[in-house]
Amino acid sequence: MRNAFRDAVYEWAKRDERVVLLSADIGNRMFDAFKADIPNRFYNVGIAEQNMIGLASGLAMSGLRPVCYTIANFTTYRVIEQIRVDLCYHHQPVIVAGVGGGLSYATLGSTHHSCEDIGMLRSLPGLDVLTPGDPPEVTACVELAKQKTDGPTYIRLGKKGEPPIHADVPTLKPATWITMPDGSDSPDVELLSCGTVLPVAIDAAERLRSQGLGVALRSCVSVKPLDPSALEQAFTRSRLVVTLEEHSTQTGFGSAVAEWKADRELTAPLSAGLLRLGTPDVFLHRTGSQAYARKITGLTPDAILKRVTESLVQATPAG
Amino acid sequence: MNLSRTAAELRATVIGMSHAKKCPHLGSALSCLDITTTLYGSVLRIDPKRADDPDRDRFILSKGHAAPALYATLHRFGFFGDDVLERFNEDGAELAEQPSPGCVPGMEAATGSLGHGLPIGLGMALAAKIQGRDYKAFVCLSDGECNEGSVWEAAMTAPALSGAWGKGLDNLCAIVDYNKLQATGRSHEILNLPNLAEKWRAFGWDAVEVDGHDLDQLVKTFTDFRDANTSGKPKAVIAHTVKGKGVPFMEDDNNWHYRIPNADEVAQARQLLGVAE
Repeated sequence: MRNAFRDAVYEWAKRDERVVLLSADIGNRMFDAFKADIPNRFYNVGIAEQNMIGLASGLAMSGLRPVCYTIANFTTYRVIEQIRVDLCYHHQPVIVAGVGGGLSYATLGSTHHSCEDIGMLRSLPGLDVLTPGDPPEVTACVELAKQKTDGPTYIRLGKKGEPPIHADVPTLKPATWITMPDGSDSPDVELLSCGTVLPVAIDAAERLRSQGLGVALRSCVSVKPLDPSALEQAFTRSRLVVTLEEHSTQTGFGSAVAEWKADRELTAPLSAGLLRLGTPDVFLHRTGSQAYARKITGLTPDAILKRVTESLVQATPAG
Repeated sequence: MNLSRTAAELRATVIGMSHAKKCPHLGSALSCLDITTTLYGSVLRIDPKRADDPDRDRFILSKGHAAPALYATLHRFGFFGDDVLERFNEDGAELAEQPSPGCVPGMEAATGSLGHGLPIGLGMALAAKIQGRDYKAFVCLSDGECNEGSVWEAAMTAPALSGAWGKGLDNLCAIVDYNKLQATGRSHEILNLPNLAEKWRAFGWDAVEVDGHDLDQLVKTFTDFRDANTSGKPKAVIAHTVKGKGVPFMEDDNNWHYRIPNADEVAQARQLLGVAE
């Protein structure tokens, strides 16, 4: 995902002389081509993230299109007030990209995990929150963010080396999710995958299908705004909607869906229940790989299968 | 234009605004009023009728709590009319105690949360370099604001950035309104602020110390920077000021950080400023 992001920004910058890339002392060698070909629009602004966001706002106020890049926890928690005031309040079209979203950098410890970023950011007025699930979706998210001119966009990236799931770059419209192939038209389970866990969601969907359940899977690339049409369909045609994210179940994507559901049910009850799967409300104090971190937080296909089948027992029967 | 007279009248205006609309931070506004008056009256290349001209000089009042000083100055120099100023701090008005983005023509940034103005101004200065424009960016900070780490992040960055133009943003000017007081006490006693000019120099800036109420000295310092900054560095103007300047019973008295003047005090202040009606 990291390299897909780099390539998308590089291609954009080659064609649009307003694009300025800011890195907070990260991406050693990663931006060599950008630096060589567009030297006047790449700046390593040092390990000074607050200044990076304010600087980006000043660039955008002057007609440029800045892109801020560093590790997700530093480009969100560290600078939440700069994003709020300098970017959101001022309606500046700045792209803030966070690499290592969720548990991607699990081995670096909880200082480098970002399992609360979606919650923080989706509370900010005017900020779009995009959560691609594979490299082509990253490219699509950059395309979407480019089109937004009246406010900032956060793009939550994974790490490098994730295999592409889509053969081609999907075309994204604002507030629209991606329907993954082979889904049931009348599913028992609507699986809503947010961001980096998309490969896990695909695996989990297969296991659920092998149990004889109808499953539809969507890659929910936009947490803010949500896709209300997809939600309406998911909650009216299935027995159970399951949100899946490498993020805390408090305030994250699942919480956003729960808020939508609560508001929607003021109109009429929805048939499907909601199961929110994500990381628990704790810091991880034992080290391990991303696979280990997913295992102990219940984000494996087996654990998902177990939680979903248990929840289906409680959910409204089909029909 | 008689800048001294203008500054006195603007002081009377902000004192009246504070009284009429129960707005605090009067001492802070009086502290930086000679800076805003000289900039808009004699230095900045901004046409109020074309306040979004991409080639205009930029000014950001990073110490946003002193916004009445900027409002009164912008109003005086034709950026907006009497009606807007008269609605200051009323329900639904354009002008709040601290500015919102684009609330009036000429308002470059919404400030009030300290430590934001210099990074934004730095971005504007960098944009000029990237776009080949000739404008300058001025940012006025308070000494208390220099408690914020983001100020020093920007201070380290401005001299270091390099591009086709060379190294360092010589089109950025940080003005520290150095009145030696912050909300709850002497700024020297709260954090280790002394040797402020040396600090900026150590960060790579061309730092000078001036009397922040000597209008001729301010005009010369700012104009020299705007027209011919030969240092190749960003400029830091450490302006020694007095909180509450212009009204002896308010000067260097930190009660006026929050206190609102009553009608008698407004009348007395106007007399002392020589602008009694």
